[in-house]
Amino acid sequence: MIDFELTPEQQEGIKAAHEAAKELFRPVSRYYDEHEHESPQELIDNIWKRRSEGLFDLGMDATAALRIEELCWGDAGLFLCIPGPALGGAAVFSSGTREQMERFLGGFNEGAPKWGAMAMTEPGCGSDTAAISATAVRDGDEWVLNGEKIFVTMGKRALEDSDGFVVVWATVDKSAGRAGMKSFVVPAGTPGMRVEKLEKKLGIKASDTVTIIFDNCRIPFENILGSPEVRKTETKGFRGAMATFDATRPIIAAQALGVGRAALDFIKETLENEGIKIHYGTPRQKLTALERDIIEMEANYKAAKLLTLRALWMMSQLQPNSLESSMAKAKAGLAVTKITQKAVEIMGPLGYSRKYLLEKWMRDAKINDIFEGTGQINMLITARRTLNYSRDQLK
Amino acid sequence: MISFSPTEEQQMIVTMVKQFASDEMRKIYRECDENGEIPDSVIDTAWKMGLISSSIPEDYGGSGGEHSAITGSLIGEELAWGDLSMTMHILCPALFAYPVLEMGSETQRKKYLPLVCDETYKAATTALIEPRFGFDPYSLSTVAQLDGNEYVLNGEKCYVPLAAEADLLLVYARENGSSQGFIIEKGTKGLDVGEREKNMGIKALATYELSLKNCRVPKENRLGGQKGCDFDRIMNCSRVALSAMATGVAKAAFEYSRDYAKERVAFGEPIASRQAIAFMLAEMAIEIDATRLMTWEAAWKLDRKEEATKEASLVKAYADDMVIMVTDRAVQILGGHGYVREHPVELWLRNGRGFVTFDGMAIV
Repeated sequence: MIDFELTPEQQEGIKAAHEAAKELFRPVSRYYDEHEHESPQELIDNIWKRRSEGLFDLGMDATAALRIEELCWGDAGLFLCIPGPALGGAAVFSSGTREQMERFLGGFNEGAPKWGAMAMTEPGCGSDTAAISATAVRDGDEWVLNGEKIFVTMGKRALEDSDGFVVVWATVDKSAGRAGMKSFVVPAGTPGMRVEKLEKKLGIKASDTVTIIFDNCRIPFENILGSPEVRKTETKGFRGAMATFDATRPIIAAQALGVGRAALDFIKETLENEGIKIHYGTPRQKLTALERDIIEMEANYKAAKLLTLRALWMMSQLQPNSLESSMAKAKAGLAVTKITQKAVEIMGPLGYSRKYLLEKWMRDAKINDIFEGTGQINMLITARRTLNYSRDQLK
Repeated sequence: MISFSPTEEQQMIVTMVKQFASDEMRKIYRECDENGEIPDSVIDTAWKMGLISSSIPEDYGGSGGEHSAITGSLIGEELAWGDLSMTMHILCPALFAYPVLEMGSETQRKKYLPLVCDETYKAATTALIEPRFGFDPYSLSTVAQLDGNEYVLNGEKCYVPLAAEADLLLVYARENGSSQGFIIEKGTKGLDVGEREKNMGIKALATYELSLKNCRVPKENRLGGQKGCDFDRIMNCSRVALSAMATGVAKAAFEYSRDYAKERVAFGEPIASRQAIAFMLAEMAIEIDATRLMTWEAAWKLDRKEEATKEASLVKAYADDMVIMVTDRAVQILGGHGYVREHPVELWLRNGRGFVTFDGMAIV
């Protein structure tokens, strides 16, 4: 039955996450935007103390996505500072064995706060993830990793500030192309791995983005996710990466929605204070320019949200959702980019000023059209799936 | 709990309607558009599916199924994928039946609903739109005034589907500042059906101008009796129906241009292998899906009898833009071939352009 009713659990989750966003994130939002690379230690301690509430357990289903939207409504950069295995966890979860999940994710709720990260992008390859040049060579009971990874979200927190881990994508056989691509878990403190270059960014400044160098970095053989075998006809490793994206893209879309809605709510609140009403039922030709803008922004937000919920629902039904995940990510990334930019325009001098958070949300929003696959890559995937074309048929 | 899966029964209806759309409508839609006529046989075949009577209780002559906006949306999309003119013709009696079913007095339901549950198709229709600049359904120029035991209606209407053959009309008019419905039977003095209209699209659907000159109807013919009608809800049901149909038209155009792009070779490979074309198709696919999901959500609100003006208006505005974007691109992908009437995409563009105008011309 087609249904849009939220479960009581989801409703409570949204409410609690919204309160937390308002109470924990919003008051320090501007500060950590202006003090890039400064750790929001008090906030992290606070979240860590409250971890038993379940509020900050960031799973990959609709219930989690609804909470994530609320938290990102508070602050998308601070959201990324919430301790947890994050994208690294998603990779372990989608291609690891039960034993590996236990080993790598088991301790995340104990001791001190920890973070997980995922390292895919390299200086020479971004969206073209199959062109990865980092290598993993087997040496007895170990893998030896070499290469450089850039734009690793929360890499510093995972590897320098905590006892976390990073999932690294590397090739075990360059001649095998995609079939040779595998992922490996590298725990913090592993010799031969070092964090370099803390990026200065346009937005989500509370989160760190780093370069990681692997220089004869040795890890146990059992740290490979999925099978170590390379069969030229099989691209399991690569498919593992793509399966991870199927799960994470709707979650990124949910993060995007939070930022977009922050801007929408801000505008609506302002209009209300100004006594300006939006007359939704008015015929198109009689709407004011402002009403048209607001309706377009709200409709785009809703479109992105429903595409996101559908992609997650399909995953929960164990249906293949590559197409729908990419659709959701492409739509949400672009929608919130446009919504926040339009919001700045509508608010005029107030929108551009750092006195309000709106200009920050516009900067924060943009990352959603870039990380976990740019808007264009997601359009490419959508196009290939829609046309039933291989990567050779549509480049 | 969030779910995007239609019920088994809904899936059966969708399969049946899809079959009809592809076997019957798709065979003759071009001919119908050129001739401005729809063969009775197609309408009769469609009528036998019982799409309207199945949602009317047995007490009023229907087969007693549930009246659901979600089911209606699913039907609307599939039919409109076949052809929009025929869809609006087939579902035209609903314009009269559903407001009477939902808001009519018991007397009105008993008297009129059996007439739209007949075994053979009988036209019933509605008159809302008016031929003037700045038309607004919430501030109609057509007025109804109470005079003793009768209402006196005066005004001009347009885009009235099947007005010439309809036995029953539901005419909306302004009464004390609000929009109310009035049931007018064919042949009532003062009701004058004008010439058939000539429009850019939906050319196979017969629509008419209508004039009301001191047209008198009994007081009991006010929709909902003393209580009147919930005009917001009627408009919302229309917005949802049209959004579903826009999705269907867009889907037809998307599929056709996608298939064309995979076959048409230029510079040694199918044009679909070029991102300029492929990205257009990807965006079309995304926006069609988004519109469908938004339509379902608004329909779901209507089925729960919740206030849905915001959701219905948002999706309608979105659908209006989406269907133009998609059908225009379909023409563009076919290039010169898209502009000639040998291919259907120009027809879908003409039909798609109308949705922003059609408010009130379809209902779920």
